[in-house]
Amino acid sequence: MTTITSEHSSAPATGIRRWLYTTNHKDIGSMYLIFSLVMLLIGGSMALLIRSELFQPGLQLMQPEFFNQMTTLHGIIMVFGAIMPAFVGMANWLIPMMVGAPDMALPRINNWSFWLLPFAFGMVLSTLFMEGGAPNFGWTFYAPLSTTYAPPSVTFFIFSVHIMGISSVMGAVNVIATIMNMRAPGMNYMKMPMFVWTWLITAFLLLAVMPVLAGVVTMMLMDIHFATSFFDAAGGGDPVMFQHIFWFFGHPEVYIMILPAFGIVSHIIPTFARKPLFGYHSMVIATSSIAFLSFIVWAHHMFTVGMPLVGELFFMYSTMLIAVPTGVKVFNWVATMFRGSMTFETPMLFSIAFVVLFTIGGLSGLMLAIAPADFQYHDTYFVVAHFHYVLVPGALFSIIAGVYFWIPKWTGVMYNESMGKFHFWLSFIGVNLTFFPMHFIGLAGMPRRIPDYALQFADFNMVASIGAFLFGLSQLIFVYNIIQCMRQRGCPASPQVWEGAEGLEWTVDSPAPYHTFQTPPNLDNLRSPTGHN
Amino acid sequence: MESILRHLRVNGFSIRLLILMAFTSFSHAEWGLNMTESATAIGREIHGLHMTIFYICVAIAVVVFGIMLYSIIRHRKSLGAEAKPFHESTVVEIIWTTIPLLILVAMAIPATKTLVAMYDTETSDIDIKVTGYQWKWRYEYLNTDVDFFSTLTTTQDQMHGLEPKSENYLLEVDKHLIIPINKKIRFLFTAQDVIHSWWVPELAVKKDAIPGFINESWAKVEVPGIYRGQCAELCGQGHGYMPIVVEAVSEEDYQAWLITQQQAQKSANQVSKLSFDELMAQGKTSYDKNCAACHQVTGTGIPPVFPALKGSAIALGDMQKHIDIVINGKAGSAMSAFGEQLTPTELAAIITYERNAWGNDKGDSIQPAEIVSFKQAQGQ
Repeated sequence: MTTITSEHSSAPATGIRRWLYTTNHKDIGSMYLIFSLVMLLIGGSMALLIRSELFQPGLQLMQPEFFNQMTTLHGIIMVFGAIMPAFVGMANWLIPMMVGAPDMALPRINNWSFWLLPFAFGMVLSTLFMEGGAPNFGWTFYAPLSTTYAPPSVTFFIFSVHIMGISSVMGAVNVIATIMNMRAPGMNYMKMPMFVWTWLITAFLLLAVMPVLAGVVTMMLMDIHFATSFFDAAGGGDPVMFQHIFWFFGHPEVYIMILPAFGIVSHIIPTFARKPLFGYHSMVIATSSIAFLSFIVWAHHMFTVGMPLVGELFFMYSTMLIAVPTGVKVFNWVATMFRGSMTFETPMLFSIAFVVLFTIGGLSGLMLAIAPADFQYHDTYFVVAHFHYVLVPGALFSIIAGVYFWIPKWTGVMYNESMGKFHFWLSFIGVNLTFFPMHFIGLAGMPRRIPDYALQFADFNMVASIGAFLFGLSQLIFVYNIIQCMRQRGCPASPQVWEGAEGLEWTVDSPAPYHTFQTPPNLDNLRSPTGHN
Repeated sequence: MESILRHLRVNGFSIRLLILMAFTSFSHAEWGLNMTESATAIGREIHGLHMTIFYICVAIAVVVFGIMLYSIIRHRKSLGAEAKPFHESTVVEIIWTTIPLLILVAMAIPATKTLVAMYDTETSDIDIKVTGYQWKWRYEYLNTDVDFFSTLTTTQDQMHGLEPKSENYLLEVDKHLIIPINKKIRFLFTAQDVIHSWWVPELAVKKDAIPGFINESWAKVEVPGIYRGQCAELCGQGHGYMPIVVEAVSEEDYQAWLITQQQAQKSANQVSKLSFDELMAQGKTSYDKNCAACHQVTGTGIPPVFPALKGSAIALGDMQKHIDIVINGKAGSAMSAFGEQLTPTELAAIITYERNAWGNDKGDSIQPAEIVSFKQAQGQ
């Protein structure tokens, strides 16, 4: 394949203006990724503070009030600051290159949706220094704890959620516009790479639910400052309604954080198994089914809230159904590996760990779906174990795998492979040491979000805390590896990078030129993701 | 190096399987690994469902990870494996869509049966109203006069490591919820301030207590004993400090307890005159137990959410206003109404203490009888 030379194009501006004014999808993608890495380290430090306090029974480091602020900020920062922007960064870098487009469809909006984020999170972090402290009501901010009983900083929290929402909606609009309008001639929907497909569906989920989140925080704002009673029974409102609206946003949000991960893994496993993805069509159908089901399962987060029996049954059955398309995806990945010619470079190691550990998180999710049993699991560490298994070795591992997979294309330099493998093994051991024991302490009866616990939970909490430090500190290897690539330290990467890699992004130089596909690429020589030419 | 890594790779997955198998075999041992065994029939059904779905999950995991492990060991390029480019099979896709669906239907049937039984709160023998407060529980035995608060007894010194931790650290309260065995007890849940959740694992009852709403649940305990639980919904800084202790006793013991409880309730409201020193001594005890979580033992509070009492306008100002805020609380804030939570003697002692401790030295005091007349004047 020939490389694409840039014509009629400007070189990047110099200095800070390049980053402030840029409308280039690659620059913006890089900024998103670096931003999310910084947020990951901040949110991770908060997790380590939490795990330090829980290392043994008793109050050692902090008061319960500050502990609650840490759990709240850790959740908000990881969900909205680390995982989501990392996926948006990858979408920026990869979607135009994968569909053969010169840039995102709406480059100025792209710039704005990134630059909103530092302000939103600057505001969130500033609440730590306000009188009364940061938000302390959990990332789910149930009313009336988050309204009548909230610290004054809740207003800043609400505004920053608004800003994050605006950023996400604009990002989603941009992804949809790009995918629908800017595909290279000949790339029909059923020839799109899986990452593009999963992001298209994710973007529709974002469009559908971010306004719901904005609505619910606005209702909170009204209750707090303008004496309405949306969530106050004394004024005719209903605190349970808050939970219904929140989870109508919250459950699709869960899939917003995992569908792009499915896409990434669906690129990496075929590459290192040297086989096309098994069941491309069923993957697309399964992803769409999961997205549809995500809108009708929200109240499984609320089984103990006192819903009528028929409501409980409906949400139990619909939730159990999600296991079917999710299972199809896992089976397809395993079938892709089966009879392949596998090698185990770092992206593949993280992807295999993703399949195994995400499946464990999915299976505990199936257990949680059984409503009668959920009365015993709800709001315990079993739930904490479940959602960390799908978010850390799930979403986060896929992001790490994706970074190792595409960073040679982004920087033009191969990362250090033995360091990458070392990073993988420490992360793999650390993540299981941290989160597996949480299943046990949850089943044994430890509620979540408590700063101190009864003595029978002590041993496993200590193991989890040790695991957390192992996992957290081993991410510094990842950071070092990334910085080395950015500083151009390492072997130069070829355009193809990986022997088995397929797709348009591998047809351009490494590093990818500042402008790619200014003329649409010819797809004749490209194998489509379905495995046919 | 390469061979060590390869060795490690294989081992990583065997370790994972070993952990899974260990989980299975330990699940019946008393290692605190599995769901608590229950003292109720419903609880045992739930435990059965939990074990069934768990074994199904383990079986699925063994099959899926087994095939994957086989591929990882056998189908590697370094062993000369060549990729077979098959990539589509509608038959296979239909099979692995249908089989999970059938398993799910098989699982949904017993789960539905148990859920229907859990929701049958009809024909109860005893009704108890449970109200969540920040951060204590109130139990009212309906159709009797019995009505009391149940508060954590673990001391601040134990939490801060100044004293050894007791056996039931953070799971002990001053007054147990006493219930008779083999009677259907219906619980009615509500809350005074924020949402709480009443959970006793061995009773298999967990239900949210929501301000302004009433939820129901029930339990019929078969084995006498003490069952401990905790609040399961984040309710503010004292969320970890409002445990539940249920004591299931025989019917005779329950009736006897009910009578003594009714008598004790009457005498608690009888008041006698106390000296200043007596008020201060009892005031410190009651303040540390009921007020210090927010206003702190030192009276300095956590401003601006929990104001300081040391040097405050209320503690140093008009006595009537001070009594009013303690008895009736402050609307729209975390300050709850203590008028019904505490006895007149405790209220008088706390108010006297707040006006004279930490260098406030206001010098005045109030008698329990004045609290009684204040409440009567308000029609309480």
